[in-house]
Amino acid sequence: MSTLNTRDLIINVPGRPDGFALNMSIEPGQVWGVLGPNGAGKTTLLHTLAGLLPARSGQVQLNSAPLTALKRRVIARQLGLVFQERQDSFPATVLETALIGRHPWLSPWDSEQGEDQRRAEQALTTLDVDHLSDRLLNTLSGGERQRVAIATLMTQNPNIWLLDEPTNHLDLHHQVKVMNLMRDQAGAGKTVFLCLHDLNLAARWCSHVLLLYTNGDACWGPVANMLVPDALERLYDQRLITLQADGLTVFVPAP
Amino acid sequence: MTRSLLGLGMLALASMAFALALGSVTVSPADLWQVIQGEGSTLHRTLLLDLRLPRTLAAFGTGGLLAVAGALMQVLLRNPLADPYVLGLSGGAAVGALLAMLMGMGTLIISGSAFAGAMLATVLVFGLAHGTGSWTPSRLLLTGVVVAAGWGAVITLMLAITPSYKLPGMLYWLMGDVSYARSPWPAVVVLAVSVVLIMPLARNLNVLARGAMQAAALGVSVRPLEWTIYVLASLLTATAVTTAGSIGFVGLIVPHMLRLILGNDQRIILPASALAGGTLLVLADTLARTVIAPEQLPVGVITALLGVPTFLYLLHRSR
Repeated sequence: MSTLNTRDLIINVPGRPDGFALNMSIEPGQVWGVLGPNGAGKTTLLHTLAGLLPARSGQVQLNSAPLTALKRRVIARQLGLVFQERQDSFPATVLETALIGRHPWLSPWDSEQGEDQRRAEQALTTLDVDHLSDRLLNTLSGGERQRVAIATLMTQNPNIWLLDEPTNHLDLHHQVKVMNLMRDQAGAGKTVFLCLHDLNLAARWCSHVLLLYTNGDACWGPVANMLVPDALERLYDQRLITLQADGLTVFVPAP
Repeated sequence: MTRSLLGLGMLALASMAFALALGSVTVSPADLWQVIQGEGSTLHRTLLLDLRLPRTLAAFGTGGLLAVAGALMQVLLRNPLADPYVLGLSGGAAVGALLAMLMGMGTLIISGSAFAGAMLATVLVFGLAHGTGSWTPSRLLLTGVVVAAGWGAVITLMLAITPSYKLPGMLYWLMGDVSYARSPWPAVVVLAVSVVLIMPLARNLNVLARGAMQAAALGVSVRPLEWTIYVLASLLTATAVTTAGSIGFVGLIVPHMLRLILGNDQRIILPASALAGGTLLVLADTLARTVIAPEQLPVGVITALLGVPTFLYLLHRSR
Protein backbone atom coordinates (compact mmCIF):
# COMPACT_ATOMS: atom_id res chain seq x y z
CA MET A 1 0.00 0.00 0.00
CA SER A 2 1.27 3.45 -0.86
CA THR A 3 0.29 7.00 0.01
CA LEU A 4 0.88 10.05 -2.16
CA ASN A 5 1.24 13.40 -0.36
CA THR A 6 1.62 16.86 -1.78
CA ARG A 7 3.43 19.46 0.33
CA ASP A 8 2.66 23.08 -0.66
CA LEU A 9 2.62 21.89 -4.25
CA ILE A 10 2.27 24.48 -7.00
CA ILE A 11 2.08 22.89 -10.42
CA ASN A 12 3.83 24.60 -13.29
CA VAL A 13 1.15 25.77 -15.71
CA PRO A 14 2.99 28.22 -18.00
CA GLY A 15 1.87 31.85 -17.67
CA ARG A 16 -0.43 31.28 -14.70
CA PRO A 17 -0.05 32.80 -11.22
CA ASP A 18 0.75 30.34 -8.45
CA GLY A 19 -2.80 30.06 -7.12
CA PHE A 20 -3.59 27.83 -4.21
CA ALA A 21 -0.93 25.42 -2.92
CA LEU A 22 -2.02 21.78 -2.74
CA ASN A 23 -1.64 19.90 0.54
CA MET A 24 -3.40 16.65 -0.15
CA SER A 25 -2.98 13.19 1.25
CA ILE A 26 -4.11 10.55 -1.23
CA GLU A 27 -4.42 7.30 0.65
CA PRO A 28 -4.97 3.60 -0.05
CA GLY A 29 -8.63 2.73 -0.50
CA GLN A 30 -9.54 6.16 -1.83
CA VAL A 31 -10.69 6.99 -5.34
CA TRP A 32 -9.95 10.64 -6.15
CA GLY A 33 -11.56 12.47 -9.04
CA VAL A 34 -10.06 15.68 -10.42
CA LEU A 35 -12.61 17.98 -12.01
CA GLY A 36 -11.95 21.19 -13.85
CA PRO A 37 -12.41 23.00 -17.14
CA ASN A 38 -10.07 22.55 -20.12
CA GLY A 39 -6.64 24.01 -19.40
CA ALA A 40 -7.11 24.06 -15.61
CA GLY A 41 -3.98 21.89 -15.25
CA LYS A 42 -5.48 18.45 -14.62
CA THR A 43 -2.98 16.66 -16.85
CA THR A 44 -0.11 18.83 -15.59
CA LEU A 45 -1.06 17.88 -12.03
CA LEU A 46 -1.18 14.19 -12.92
CA HIS A 47 2.25 14.32 -14.60
CA THR A 48 3.66 16.26 -11.64
CA LEU A 49 2.29 13.66 -9.22
CA ALA A 50 4.03 10.99 -11.32
CA GLY A 51 7.31 12.94 -11.21
CA LEU A 52 7.31 13.42 -14.99
CA LEU A 53 7.10 17.22 -14.76
CA PRO A 54 8.92 19.42 -12.25
CA ALA A 55 6.73 21.33 -9.78
CA ARG A 56 7.01 25.12 -9.66
CA SER A 57 7.41 24.81 -5.89
CA GLY A 58 6.63 22.40 -3.10
CA GLN A 59 7.00 18.67 -3.44
CA VAL A 60 5.29 15.35 -4.02
CA GLN A 61 6.01 12.59 -1.53
CA LEU A 62 5.64 8.90 -2.19
CA ASN A 63 5.32 7.15 1.18
CA SER A 64 6.91 10.30 2.72
CA ALA A 65 10.01 10.18 0.46
CA PRO A 66 10.25 13.10 -1.99
CA LEU A 67 9.61 11.85 -5.52
CA THR A 68 12.62 13.74 -6.87
CA ALA A 69 14.95 11.66 -4.68
CA LEU A 70 13.72 8.35 -6.10
CA LYS A 71 14.92 6.49 -9.19
CA ARG A 72 12.41 6.20 -12.06
CA ARG A 73 12.47 2.43 -11.75
CA VAL A 74 11.64 2.53 -8.04
CA ILE A 75 8.79 4.97 -8.73
CA ALA A 76 7.46 2.80 -11.57
CA ARG A 77 7.06 -0.16 -9.22
CA GLN A 78 4.87 1.94 -6.91
CA LEU A 79 3.07 4.27 -9.25
CA GLY A 80 1.64 3.90 -12.74
CA LEU A 81 -0.02 6.25 -15.17
CA VAL A 82 -2.47 6.01 -18.06
CA PHE A 83 -1.85 8.90 -20.45
CA GLN A 84 -4.55 10.78 -22.25
CA GLU A 85 -2.61 10.63 -25.49
CA ARG A 86 -0.49 7.78 -26.65
CA GLN A 87 2.00 7.57 -29.46
CA ASP A 88 2.53 4.49 -31.53
CA SER A 89 5.20 5.04 -34.14
CA PHE A 90 5.86 1.34 -34.56
CA PRO A 91 3.25 -1.38 -34.98
CA ALA A 92 2.72 -3.50 -31.85
CA THR A 93 0.16 -6.11 -30.87
CA VAL A 94 -2.26 -5.72 -27.97
CA LEU A 95 -0.55 -8.45 -25.92
CA GLU A 96 2.93 -6.91 -26.48
CA THR A 97 1.52 -3.58 -25.35
CA ALA A 98 0.08 -5.00 -22.14
CA LEU A 99 3.34 -6.86 -21.45
CA ILE A 100 5.46 -3.69 -21.38
CA GLY A 101 3.70 -3.05 -18.07
CA ARG A 102 6.03 -5.67 -16.60
CA HIS A 103 9.10 -3.64 -17.56
CA PRO A 104 9.81 -2.09 -14.13
CA TRP A 105 9.67 -5.52 -12.51
CA LEU A 106 12.18 -7.28 -14.78
CA SER A 107 15.97 -7.07 -14.60
CA PRO A 108 17.87 -6.17 -17.80
CA TRP A 109 18.63 -9.77 -18.77
CA ASP A 110 15.19 -11.15 -17.88
CA SER A 111 12.50 -11.75 -20.44
CA GLU A 112 8.78 -11.96 -19.69
CA GLN A 113 7.98 -15.32 -18.11
CA GLY A 114 4.75 -17.30 -17.80
CA GLU A 115 3.74 -15.29 -14.73
CA ASP A 116 4.06 -11.98 -16.62
CA GLN A 117 2.14 -13.45 -19.54
CA ARG A 118 -0.60 -14.62 -17.17
CA ARG A 119 -0.94 -11.19 -15.58
CA ALA A 120 -1.19 -9.51 -18.98
CA GLU A 121 -3.80 -11.97 -20.23
CA GLN A 122 -5.82 -11.58 -17.06
CA ALA A 123 -5.76 -7.78 -17.38
CA LEU A 124 -6.86 -7.99 -21.02
CA THR A 125 -9.72 -10.29 -20.00
CA THR A 126 -10.80 -7.88 -17.23
CA LEU A 127 -10.97 -5.04 -19.76
CA ASP A 128 -12.78 -7.21 -22.38
CA VAL A 129 -10.00 -6.96 -24.93
CA ASP A 130 -8.58 -10.48 -24.61
CA HIS A 131 -10.08 -11.49 -27.97
CA LEU A 132 -7.93 -8.77 -29.60
CA SER A 133 -4.58 -9.88 -28.12
CA ASP A 134 -2.94 -10.65 -31.49
CA ARG A 135 -4.34 -7.59 -33.26
CA LEU A 136 -2.15 -4.59 -34.06
CA LEU A 137 -2.89 -1.62 -31.83
CA ASN A 138 -3.38 0.79 -34.72
CA THR A 139 -6.23 -1.33 -36.08
CA LEU A 140 -8.34 -0.91 -32.91
CA SER A 141 -11.05 1.64 -32.16
CA GLY A 142 -10.39 4.51 -29.75
CA GLY A 143 -12.34 2.84 -26.94
CA GLU A 144 -10.54 -0.47 -27.43
CA ARG A 145 -7.17 1.27 -27.28
CA GLN A 146 -8.22 3.06 -24.11
CA ARG A 147 -9.06 -0.30 -22.53
CA VAL A 148 -5.69 -1.73 -23.66
CA ALA A 149 -3.94 1.23 -21.97
CA ILE A 150 -5.81 0.53 -18.72
CA ALA A 151 -4.96 -3.17 -19.05
CA THR A 152 -1.27 -2.20 -19.40
CA LEU A 153 -1.49 -0.32 -16.09
CA MET A 154 -3.21 -3.31 -14.52
CA THR A 155 -0.38 -5.53 -15.78
CA GLN A 156 2.14 -3.12 -14.26
CA ASN A 157 0.19 -3.50 -11.00
CA PRO A 158 1.53 -0.50 -9.05
CA ASN A 159 0.05 0.54 -5.68
CA ILE A 160 -0.88 3.98 -6.96
CA TRP A 161 -2.97 4.33 -10.12
CA LEU A 162 -3.04 7.69 -11.90
CA LEU A 163 -5.38 7.87 -14.90
CA ASP A 164 -5.96 10.78 -17.26
CA GLU A 165 -9.60 10.67 -18.34
CA PRO A 166 -9.85 6.87 -18.32
CA THR A 167 -13.44 6.89 -19.58
CA ASN A 168 -12.57 8.80 -22.78
CA HIS A 169 -13.89 7.04 -25.90
CA LEU A 170 -15.60 4.35 -23.83
CA ASP A 171 -19.19 3.25 -24.38
CA LEU A 172 -21.56 3.47 -21.40
CA HIS A 173 -21.15 -0.16 -20.41
CA HIS A 174 -17.38 0.09 -20.37
CA GLN A 175 -17.44 3.42 -18.54
CA VAL A 176 -19.29 1.67 -15.75
CA LYS A 177 -17.00 -1.33 -15.97
CA VAL A 178 -13.86 0.80 -15.73
CA MET A 179 -15.23 2.87 -12.83
CA ASN A 180 -16.20 -0.34 -11.00
CA LEU A 181 -12.68 -1.61 -11.60
CA MET A 182 -11.28 1.56 -9.99
CA ARG A 183 -13.50 1.08 -6.95
CA ASP A 184 -12.57 -2.61 -6.68
CA GLN A 185 -8.88 -1.82 -6.95
CA ALA A 186 -9.18 0.83 -4.23
CA GLY A 187 -11.07 -1.72 -2.14
CA ALA A 188 -8.10 -4.06 -2.54
CA GLY A 189 -5.76 -1.39 -1.12
CA LYS A 190 -4.75 0.59 -4.21
CA THR A 191 -4.64 4.38 -4.29
CA VAL A 192 -6.58 5.71 -7.29
CA PHE A 193 -6.47 9.23 -8.73
CA LEU A 194 -8.38 10.13 -11.91
CA CYS A 195 -8.97 13.15 -14.10
CA LEU A 196 -12.60 13.19 -15.18
CA HIS A 197 -14.97 15.32 -17.17
CA ASP A 198 -18.14 13.55 -16.11
CA LEU A 199 -19.62 14.90 -12.87
CA ASN A 200 -21.97 11.97 -12.57
CA LEU A 201 -19.20 9.39 -12.74
CA ALA A 202 -17.33 11.36 -10.07
CA ALA A 203 -20.44 11.61 -7.90
CA ARG A 204 -21.09 7.91 -8.04
CA TRP A 205 -17.63 6.33 -7.94
CA CYS A 206 -15.20 8.74 -6.31
CA SER A 207 -14.59 8.97 -2.58
CA HIS A 208 -12.75 12.29 -2.84
CA VAL A 209 -12.84 15.15 -5.30
CA LEU A 210 -10.38 17.89 -6.22
CA LEU A 211 -11.77 20.93 -8.03
CA LEU A 212 -9.15 22.74 -10.12
CA TYR A 213 -10.02 26.24 -11.31
CA THR A 214 -8.52 27.93 -14.38
CA ASN A 215 -6.94 30.66 -12.24
CA GLY A 216 -5.07 28.14 -10.09
CA ASP A 217 -7.54 28.03 -7.22
CA ALA A 218 -8.28 24.58 -5.86
CA CYS A 219 -10.35 22.87 -3.20
CA TRP A 220 -10.62 19.26 -2.24
CA GLY A 221 -12.34 16.93 0.16
CA PRO A 222 -14.77 14.01 0.46
CA VAL A 223 -17.13 13.79 -2.49
CA ALA A 224 -20.29 14.60 -0.50
CA ASN A 225 -18.88 17.99 0.57
CA MET A 226 -17.47 18.94 -2.79
CA LEU A 227 -20.16 18.34 -5.38
CA VAL A 228 -22.20 21.42 -4.50
CA PRO A 229 -24.06 22.90 -7.51
CA ASP A 230 -22.82 26.45 -6.77
CA ALA A 231 -19.16 25.43 -6.72
CA LEU A 232 -19.56 23.32 -9.84
CA GLU A 233 -21.33 26.10 -11.74
CA ARG A 234 -18.45 28.45 -10.88
CA LEU A 235 -15.92 25.75 -11.84
CA TYR A 236 -17.26 25.25 -15.35
CA ASP A 237 -18.88 28.69 -15.78
CA GLN A 238 -21.97 26.73 -16.77
CA ARG A 239 -25.42 26.63 -15.18
CA LEU A 240 -26.42 23.14 -14.00
CA ILE A 241 -29.73 21.41 -13.38
CA THR A 242 -29.71 18.87 -10.56
CA LEU A 243 -32.12 15.97 -10.54
CA GLN A 244 -32.82 13.36 -7.91
CA ALA A 245 -33.16 9.87 -9.28
CA ASP A 246 -32.71 6.45 -7.73
CA GLY A 247 -31.48 8.12 -4.52
CA LEU A 248 -28.69 9.90 -6.41
CA THR A 249 -28.08 13.49 -7.41
CA VAL A 250 -27.62 13.80 -11.18
CA PHE A 251 -26.05 16.87 -12.80
CA VAL A 252 -27.22 17.99 -16.23
CA PRO A 253 -25.95 21.11 -18.02
CA ALA A 254 -28.68 23.70 -18.50
CA PRO A 255 -29.08 24.73 -22.15
CA MET B 1 12.69 -16.08 -31.68
CA THR B 2 15.98 -17.93 -31.18
CA ARG B 3 15.05 -19.94 -34.27
CA SER B 4 14.92 -16.88 -36.49
CA LEU B 5 18.31 -15.70 -35.15
CA LEU B 6 19.76 -19.17 -35.76
CA GLY B 7 18.37 -19.10 -39.30
CA LEU B 8 19.92 -15.69 -39.94
CA GLY B 9 23.22 -16.93 -38.51
CA MET B 10 23.23 -19.90 -40.94
CA LEU B 11 22.40 -17.51 -43.77
CA ALA B 12 25.33 -15.30 -42.76
CA LEU B 13 27.75 -18.26 -42.77
CA ALA B 14 26.41 -19.46 -46.12
CA SER B 15 26.85 -16.00 -47.66
CA MET B 16 30.43 -15.87 -46.40
CA ALA B 17 31.25 -19.29 -47.87
CA PHE B 18 29.69 -18.11 -51.13
CA ALA B 19 31.78 -14.93 -51.05
CA LEU B 20 34.98 -16.88 -50.38
CA ALA B 21 34.37 -19.37 -53.18
CA LEU B 22 33.37 -16.87 -55.85
CA GLY B 23 35.64 -14.48 -57.71
CA SER B 24 38.15 -14.24 -60.57
CA VAL B 25 39.26 -17.75 -59.58
CA THR B 26 36.34 -19.92 -58.49
CA VAL B 27 37.17 -22.28 -55.63
CA SER B 28 35.24 -25.55 -55.44
CA PRO B 29 33.40 -26.40 -52.19
CA ALA B 30 35.81 -29.29 -51.61
CA ASP B 31 38.84 -27.01 -51.86
CA LEU B 32 37.12 -24.43 -49.64
CA TRP B 33 36.52 -27.09 -47.00
CA GLN B 34 40.19 -28.14 -47.16
CA VAL B 35 41.37 -24.57 -46.58
CA ILE B 36 38.92 -24.19 -43.66
CA GLN B 37 40.46 -27.31 -42.12
CA GLY B 38 43.92 -25.78 -42.51
CA GLU B 39 44.98 -27.77 -45.58
CA GLY B 40 44.82 -27.13 -49.33
CA SER B 41 47.27 -25.64 -51.79
CA THR B 42 49.31 -22.53 -51.00
CA LEU B 43 47.64 -20.66 -53.85
CA HIS B 44 44.19 -21.35 -52.45
CA ARG B 45 45.27 -20.50 -48.93
CA THR B 46 46.69 -17.14 -49.99
CA LEU B 47 43.68 -16.37 -52.16
CA LEU B 48 41.11 -17.26 -49.52
CA LEU B 49 42.73 -16.33 -46.22
CA ASP B 50 44.78 -13.28 -47.23
CA LEU B 51 42.62 -11.75 -49.94
CA ARG B 52 39.00 -12.81 -49.82
CA LEU B 53 38.50 -13.49 -46.11
CA PRO B 54 39.51 -9.99 -44.88
CA ARG B 55 37.34 -8.37 -47.51
CA THR B 56 34.38 -10.61 -46.68
CA LEU B 57 34.73 -9.92 -42.97
CA ALA B 58 35.00 -6.19 -43.64
CA ALA B 59 31.82 -6.33 -45.72
CA PHE B 60 30.01 -8.30 -43.01
CA GLY B 61 31.15 -5.96 -40.24
CA THR B 62 30.24 -2.82 -42.18
CA GLY B 63 26.80 -4.09 -43.14
CA GLY B 64 26.09 -5.18 -39.57
CA LEU B 65 27.24 -1.83 -38.15
CA LEU B 66 25.06 0.17 -40.51
CA ALA B 67 21.98 -1.98 -39.89
CA VAL B 68 22.33 -1.86 -36.08
CA ALA B 69 22.97 1.91 -36.22
CA GLY B 70 19.81 2.28 -38.33
CA ALA B 71 17.73 0.20 -35.92
CA LEU B 72 18.96 2.32 -32.99
CA MET B 73 18.32 5.64 -34.77
CA GLN B 74 14.79 4.56 -35.64
CA VAL B 75 13.95 3.92 -32.00
CA LEU B 76 15.73 7.10 -30.86
CA LEU B 77 13.76 9.28 -33.28
CA ARG B 78 10.58 7.18 -33.01
CA ASN B 79 10.58 7.35 -36.78
CA PRO B 80 10.83 4.27 -38.96
CA LEU B 81 12.37 6.36 -41.75
CA ALA B 82 15.44 7.42 -39.76
CA ASP B 83 18.82 6.03 -40.69
CA PRO B 84 22.41 6.99 -39.84
CA TYR B 85 22.79 8.99 -43.05
CA VAL B 86 19.66 11.02 -42.58
CA LEU B 87 21.31 12.70 -39.60
CA GLY B 88 24.25 13.83 -41.73
CA LEU B 89 26.83 11.49 -40.18
CA SER B 90 27.97 10.09 -43.52
CA GLY B 91 28.05 13.60 -44.95
CA GLY B 92 30.53 14.66 -42.28
CA ALA B 93 32.57 11.51 -42.86
CA ALA B 94 32.56 12.10 -46.63
CA VAL B 95 33.77 15.68 -46.28
CA GLY B 96 36.58 14.45 -44.01
CA ALA B 97 37.59 11.67 -46.40
CA LEU B 98 37.40 13.81 -49.56
CA LEU B 99 39.43 16.54 -47.92
CA ALA B 100 42.19 14.02 -47.16
CA MET B 101 42.02 12.66 -50.72
CA LEU B 102 42.14 16.16 -52.17
CA MET B 103 45.35 16.77 -50.24
CA GLY B 104 46.74 13.50 -51.56
CA MET B 105 46.94 11.73 -48.22
CA GLY B 106 47.35 7.97 -47.76
CA THR B 107 44.56 5.58 -46.85
CA LEU B 108 45.30 5.69 -43.12
CA ILE B 109 44.83 9.47 -43.00
CA ILE B 110 41.72 9.19 -45.20
CA SER B 111 40.18 6.72 -42.73
CA GLY B 112 41.09 8.82 -39.73
CA SER B 113 39.78 11.95 -41.39
CA ALA B 114 36.48 10.21 -42.26
CA PHE B 115 36.08 9.08 -38.65
CA ALA B 116 36.80 12.59 -37.38
CA GLY B 117 34.28 14.02 -39.85
CA ALA B 118 31.56 11.63 -38.69
CA MET B 119 32.16 12.45 -35.04
CA LEU B 120 32.23 16.19 -35.81
CA ALA B 121 28.87 15.83 -37.58
CA THR B 122 27.51 13.99 -34.54
CA VAL B 123 28.52 16.72 -32.12
CA LEU B 124 27.33 19.44 -34.49
CA VAL B 125 23.85 17.95 -34.98
CA PHE B 126 23.36 17.14 -31.33
CA GLY B 127 24.62 20.52 -30.17
CA LEU B 128 22.45 22.43 -32.62
CA ALA B 129 19.35 20.31 -31.95
CA HIS B 130 19.82 20.83 -28.23
CA GLY B 131 19.67 24.60 -28.69
CA THR B 132 18.51 26.48 -25.64
CA GLY B 133 15.82 24.06 -24.57
CA SER B 134 15.33 20.33 -24.66
CA TRP B 135 15.47 18.46 -27.93
CA THR B 136 12.61 16.47 -29.33
CA PRO B 137 12.89 13.66 -31.88
CA SER B 138 11.44 15.83 -34.65
CA ARG B 139 13.86 18.66 -33.85
CA LEU B 140 16.83 16.28 -33.94
CA LEU B 141 15.62 14.80 -37.22
CA LEU B 142 15.13 18.22 -38.84
CA THR B 143 18.53 19.44 -37.67
CA GLY B 144 20.12 16.28 -39.06
CA VAL B 145 18.40 16.61 -42.42
CA VAL B 146 19.42 20.25 -42.81
CA VAL B 147 23.02 19.61 -41.71
CA ALA B 148 23.15 16.66 -44.14
CA ALA B 149 22.05 18.99 -46.94
CA GLY B 150 24.86 21.34 -45.94
CA TRP B 151 27.41 18.52 -46.13
CA GLY B 152 25.99 17.60 -49.55
CA ALA B 153 26.70 21.09 -50.83
CA VAL B 154 30.26 21.00 -49.48
CA ILE B 155 30.81 17.62 -51.16
CA THR B 156 29.56 18.92 -54.50
CA LEU B 157 31.80 21.98 -54.15
CA MET B 158 34.83 19.80 -53.45
CA LEU B 159 34.10 17.55 -56.42
CA ALA B 160 33.75 20.62 -58.64
CA ILE B 161 37.18 21.98 -57.78
CA THR B 162 38.98 18.61 -57.78
CA PRO B 163 41.34 17.83 -60.70
CA SER B 164 39.66 15.20 -62.84
CA TYR B 165 42.29 12.46 -62.34
CA LYS B 166 41.41 12.32 -58.65
CA LEU B 167 37.65 12.08 -59.22
CA PRO B 168 37.16 8.29 -59.71
CA GLY B 169 38.63 7.45 -56.29
CA MET B 170 36.45 10.04 -54.62
CA LEU B 171 33.29 8.92 -56.38
CA TYR B 172 33.98 5.30 -55.43
CA TRP B 173 34.40 6.34 -51.81
CA LEU B 174 31.12 8.25 -51.95
CA MET B 175 29.28 5.27 -53.38
CA GLY B 176 30.84 2.90 -50.88
CA ASP B 177 33.61 0.46 -51.65
CA VAL B 178 34.72 -2.41 -49.42
CA SER B 179 38.09 -2.71 -51.22
CA TYR B 180 39.12 0.40 -49.27
CA ALA B 181 38.99 -1.60 -46.05
CA ARG B 182 42.48 -1.73 -44.59
CA SER B 183 41.62 -4.23 -41.91
CA PRO B 184 38.28 -5.91 -41.16
CA TRP B 185 38.89 -6.05 -37.43
CA PRO B 186 37.72 -2.61 -36.26
CA ALA B 187 34.33 -3.14 -37.90
CA VAL B 188 33.91 -6.73 -36.72
CA VAL B 189 35.08 -6.07 -33.16
CA VAL B 190 33.02 -2.88 -32.72
CA LEU B 191 29.97 -4.71 -34.07
CA ALA B 192 30.35 -7.70 -31.75
CA VAL B 193 31.09 -5.63 -28.65
CA SER B 194 28.26 -3.17 -29.21
CA VAL B 195 25.65 -5.86 -29.85
CA VAL B 196 26.65 -7.58 -26.60
CA LEU B 197 26.57 -4.26 -24.71
CA ILE B 198 23.23 -3.14 -26.12
CA MET B 199 21.34 -6.37 -25.40
CA PRO B 200 20.59 -5.57 -21.72
CA LEU B 201 19.16 -2.23 -22.92
CA ALA B 202 16.97 -3.79 -25.60
CA ARG B 203 13.80 -4.00 -23.49
CA ASN B 204 14.31 -0.35 -22.47
CA LEU B 205 14.36 0.46 -26.17
CA ASN B 206 11.07 -1.39 -26.66
CA VAL B 207 9.53 0.85 -24.01
CA LEU B 208 11.16 3.98 -25.44
CA ALA B 209 9.58 3.19 -28.82
CA ARG B 210 6.23 3.95 -27.10
CA GLY B 211 7.27 7.53 -26.44
CA ALA B 212 9.49 9.28 -23.90
CA MET B 213 6.74 9.99 -21.34
CA GLN B 214 5.39 6.45 -21.40
CA ALA B 215 8.94 5.11 -21.04
CA ALA B 216 9.63 7.37 -18.06
CA ALA B 217 6.35 6.26 -16.45
CA LEU B 218 7.51 2.65 -16.83
CA GLY B 219 10.80 3.29 -15.05
CA VAL B 220 13.19 4.14 -17.90
CA SER B 221 15.71 6.95 -17.33
CA VAL B 222 14.96 8.45 -20.72
CA ARG B 223 17.63 11.11 -21.17
CA PRO B 224 20.67 8.92 -20.30
CA LEU B 225 19.26 6.14 -22.49
CA GLU B 226 18.79 8.49 -25.44
CA TRP B 227 22.33 9.80 -25.06
CA THR B 228 23.70 6.27 -24.98
CA ILE B 229 21.83 5.29 -28.14
CA TYR B 230 22.87 8.42 -29.98
CA VAL B 231 26.56 8.13 -29.11
CA LEU B 232 26.60 4.40 -29.84
CA ALA B 233 24.80 4.75 -33.18
CA SER B 234 27.20 7.53 -34.17
CA LEU B 235 30.20 5.43 -33.23
CA LEU B 236 28.86 2.48 -35.23
CA THR B 237 28.22 4.66 -38.27
CA ALA B 238 31.62 6.31 -38.03
CA THR B 239 33.33 2.92 -37.88
CA ALA B 240 31.32 1.70 -40.86
CA VAL B 241 32.04 4.69 -43.12
CA THR B 242 35.70 4.59 -42.08
CA THR B 243 35.87 0.96 -43.18
CA ALA B 244 34.05 1.15 -46.49
CA GLY B 245 32.97 4.65 -47.42
CA SER B 246 29.37 5.71 -47.45
CA ILE B 247 27.06 2.83 -48.29
CA GLY B 248 23.41 3.82 -48.37
CA PHE B 249 20.21 1.90 -47.78
CA VAL B 250 21.51 -0.82 -45.43
CA GLY B 251 20.68 1.14 -42.28
CA LEU B 252 17.22 2.04 -43.50
CA ILE B 253 16.14 -1.13 -45.23
CA VAL B 254 17.52 -3.98 -43.14
CA PRO B 255 15.89 -3.11 -39.77
CA HIS B 256 12.68 -2.25 -41.56
CA MET B 257 12.56 -5.56 -43.43
CA LEU B 258 13.23 -7.42 -40.21
CA ARG B 259 10.44 -5.53 -38.39
CA LEU B 260 8.01 -6.50 -41.12
CA ILE B 261 8.90 -10.17 -40.64
CA LEU B 262 9.85 -10.49 -36.96
CA GLY B 263 7.86 -7.74 -35.22
CA ASN B 264 9.37 -4.88 -33.23
CA ASP B 265 11.06 -6.51 -30.24
CA GLN B 266 14.53 -4.93 -30.12
CA ARG B 267 15.88 -7.99 -28.31
CA ILE B 268 15.46 -9.78 -31.65
CA ILE B 269 15.76 -6.86 -34.07
CA LEU B 270 19.22 -5.69 -32.90
CA PRO B 271 21.10 -9.01 -33.23
CA ALA B 272 19.04 -9.87 -36.32
CA SER B 273 20.04 -6.52 -37.87
CA ALA B 274 23.71 -7.29 -37.25
CA LEU B 275 23.40 -10.68 -38.98
CA ALA B 276 21.11 -9.62 -41.84
CA GLY B 277 22.96 -6.35 -42.53
CA GLY B 278 26.24 -8.25 -42.66
CA THR B 279 24.77 -10.90 -44.96
CA LEU B 280 23.32 -8.30 -47.33
CA LEU B 281 26.61 -6.48 -47.68
CA VAL B 282 28.64 -9.71 -48.13
CA LEU B 283 26.32 -10.75 -50.96
CA ALA B 284 26.31 -7.26 -52.47
CA ASP B 285 30.10 -7.06 -52.36
CA THR B 286 30.45 -10.51 -53.94
CA LEU B 287 28.20 -9.39 -56.79
CA ALA B 288 30.04 -6.07 -57.03
CA ARG B 289 33.35 -7.77 -57.71
CA THR B 290 32.10 -10.59 -59.95
CA VAL B 291 29.33 -9.20 -62.19
CA ILE B 292 31.66 -7.40 -64.61
CA ALA B 293 34.96 -8.92 -63.36
CA PRO B 294 37.76 -7.94 -63.48
CA GLU B 295 36.13 -4.53 -63.21
CA GLN B 296 34.40 -3.80 -59.87
CA LEU B 297 31.14 -2.00 -59.20
CA PRO B 298 30.62 0.24 -56.17
CA VAL B 299 28.89 -1.91 -53.56
CA GLY B 300 26.44 0.87 -52.64
CA VAL B 301 24.85 0.54 -56.07
CA ILE B 302 24.30 -3.18 -55.49
CA THR B 303 22.83 -2.77 -51.99
CA ALA B 304 20.32 -0.31 -53.39
CA LEU B 305 19.50 -2.50 -56.40
CA LEU B 306 19.02 -5.55 -54.15
CA GLY B 307 17.42 -3.75 -51.24
CA VAL B 308 14.86 -1.56 -52.94
CA PRO B 309 12.82 -4.28 -54.72
CA THR B 310 12.99 -6.62 -51.72
CA PHE B 311 11.82 -3.86 -49.44
CA LEU B 312 8.99 -2.79 -51.74
CA TYR B 313 7.85 -6.41 -52.05
CA LEU B 314 7.76 -6.88 -48.26
CA LEU B 315 5.97 -3.58 -47.75
CA HIS B 316 3.39 -4.49 -50.38
CA ARG B 317 2.84 -7.93 -48.83
CA SER B 318 2.57 -6.67 -45.23
CA ARG B 319 -0.63 -5.82 -43.45
